[in-house]
Amino acid sequence: MAGPDDRARDTGGTGNADGMSDTNGAGGAHEANAANGTTRAGTTRGLNGAGGTTGTGGLDAALFAAWAEEIAAAVRADRDRLTALDSAIGDADHGANLDRGFTAVAEALAGGRPDTPGALLSLVGNTLIRKVGGASGPLYGMAFREAGKALGDAPAVSLADLDEALAAGLAGIRKLGSATEGDKTMVDALAPALRALTQAVQEGQDPAEAVGAAAEAALAGAQATIPMQARKGRASYLGPRSVGHEDPGAASTALIVRALHAAVSRTAGAPGETSRRAPEGPA
Amino acid sequence: MKKLINSADSVVTDALRGLAAAHPDLRVDVKNQFVARASGPRRGKVGLVSGGGSGHEPLHAGFVGYGMLDAACPGEIFTSPVPDQVIAASSAVDGGAGVLHVVKNYTGDVLNFGMAAELCADEGVEVATVVVDDDVAVRDSLYTAGRRGTGATVFVEKIAGAAAEAGAPLAEVRRVAEEVNSRSRSFGVALSACTTPAAGVPTFELGDDEVELGIGIHGEPGRTRSAMRGARELVRVAMDALHEDMPLDGDVLVMVNGMGGTPLIELYVAFAEVAAYLEEKGATLSRNLVGDYITSLDMQGFSVTACLLTPELTRLWDAPVQTPALRWGR
Repeated sequence: MAGPDDRARDTGGTGNADGMSDTNGAGGAHEANAANGTTRAGTTRGLNGAGGTTGTGGLDAALFAAWAEEIAAAVRADRDRLTALDSAIGDADHGANLDRGFTAVAEALAGGRPDTPGALLSLVGNTLIRKVGGASGPLYGMAFREAGKALGDAPAVSLADLDEALAAGLAGIRKLGSATEGDKTMVDALAPALRALTQAVQEGQDPAEAVGAAAEAALAGAQATIPMQARKGRASYLGPRSVGHEDPGAASTALIVRALHAAVSRTAGAPGETSRRAPEGPA
Repeated sequence: MKKLINSADSVVTDALRGLAAAHPDLRVDVKNQFVARASGPRRGKVGLVSGGGSGHEPLHAGFVGYGMLDAACPGEIFTSPVPDQVIAASSAVDGGAGVLHVVKNYTGDVLNFGMAAELCADEGVEVATVVVDDDVAVRDSLYTAGRRGTGATVFVEKIAGAAAEAGAPLAEVRRVAEEVNSRSRSFGVALSACTTPAAGVPTFELGDDEVELGIGIHGEPGRTRSAMRGARELVRVAMDALHEDMPLDGDVLVMVNGMGGTPLIELYVAFAEVAAYLEEKGATLSRNLVGDYITSLDMQGFSVTACLLTPELTRLWDAPVQTPALRWGR
């Protein structure tokens, strides 16, 4: 178990270039550039709304579609690790279930991408609810759906809007799963990630930096579930025997936030990125 | 680990095709992933819909038919079905008298059936729900997801199914289902772990001299690991757990259930010990089932479920039933 855990730590929120390219295939080299240069001026080009290509809000549907694609790729790459974590304290299907769900998301997006971030996240949520099953389907599905609802029908949103949307997503998970921090669930990764993001927004960090901080906090939160005793979900049946294992839901949440960082870094990256997206916008 | 499958991804669908070929009195909707009676809904009869992860066969699809379920929604292996399946099944079997969802108490099942119930209401299908939670191995309910739904699910589906067949209204069918659940307890023991097709390796390692006590039905480890013992001692561990939680008294319905990889002869060895235990406690072994009814793929092991019968429950248990896995009196 030490191997995969170490790998997760390496690829975490710090935006380590090797880790990113490891899980993201063709996009890797591109992200490596962006991740290494999160503080350079280039990151403001597309995302801070200062004359960016995506309108006044900054984060557009293309960015959120990229997030979904990054999640699908990361889940595929980490499928066996998630399943191994779930074998220890669950029923050995978390990787397979999320892979099935996000593969369906990728297919749905390929069939037609919604125009707004809100509609896009709603599509992601509804697809997960329809395809995943188990506890993670409704929980992640609800999170994306609530986040999408919070974003309304704006064609592009700000980082502060994203922060609020993720808060709505977390509230959805908490409501449905009645979990609080310390129960050894996905909340233990998402709640600290959100706190880090909120703080970064308040400090005026640029999107790649802010989401990078969130990814780092999510990973630390997932690692912090190892000594916890589960109080929710199937792992709770094990009682004290659940101690000593990373929660698979927290691990997949860390992966989802890391994917957001990868997407933001990718779209905030080299100038070539804007030309790649250009054909999708209005002529 | 060798598996008699075409591929891990297609095992549920492939098995549904087999079920359809074997049982013409079932309607298998492969597209919407549910199994219903081919005869369709009966006007004025409450519909019974259950479902859960696959890998527990014959539960639930094997209990669809006269006197028991109207439809079952199989999920992926050990994964609850999605709301769309439950909505499609509920709409298909509603005869205008509403639908009872029989849900095992696992987080995923409760969430997906809960979402489906809300959406069914939007579509004009009245839904009531019974959550089965009979597994005494989970004690600390405040600090867990609550007791798991295991063997009592078979009793609930049979007895509530008989009540629905007899024309009881939805509230009454739910009351009977809840009564069966509240009067039933289960405890499971594993001699080996099971292997899911997707993972290909056992879900946990168990030595030749070890057993897991207090297992669920999803291949998860139990509450404690213990030394392997003979059938008499293992049955006593299980029966003591039941008796401690709910004193065994009066007429008792007992199921000794195989987990999928246990030879029937060993289940009868266990059942002899169960019968002796009940006699020792002065309880009457009134009705029984011995065999594979709610399994965990290829796991070796058994569970015992006991239900304290009332005259009404006994009458409903004895009522005719005709399903692939349970049939008598018709």
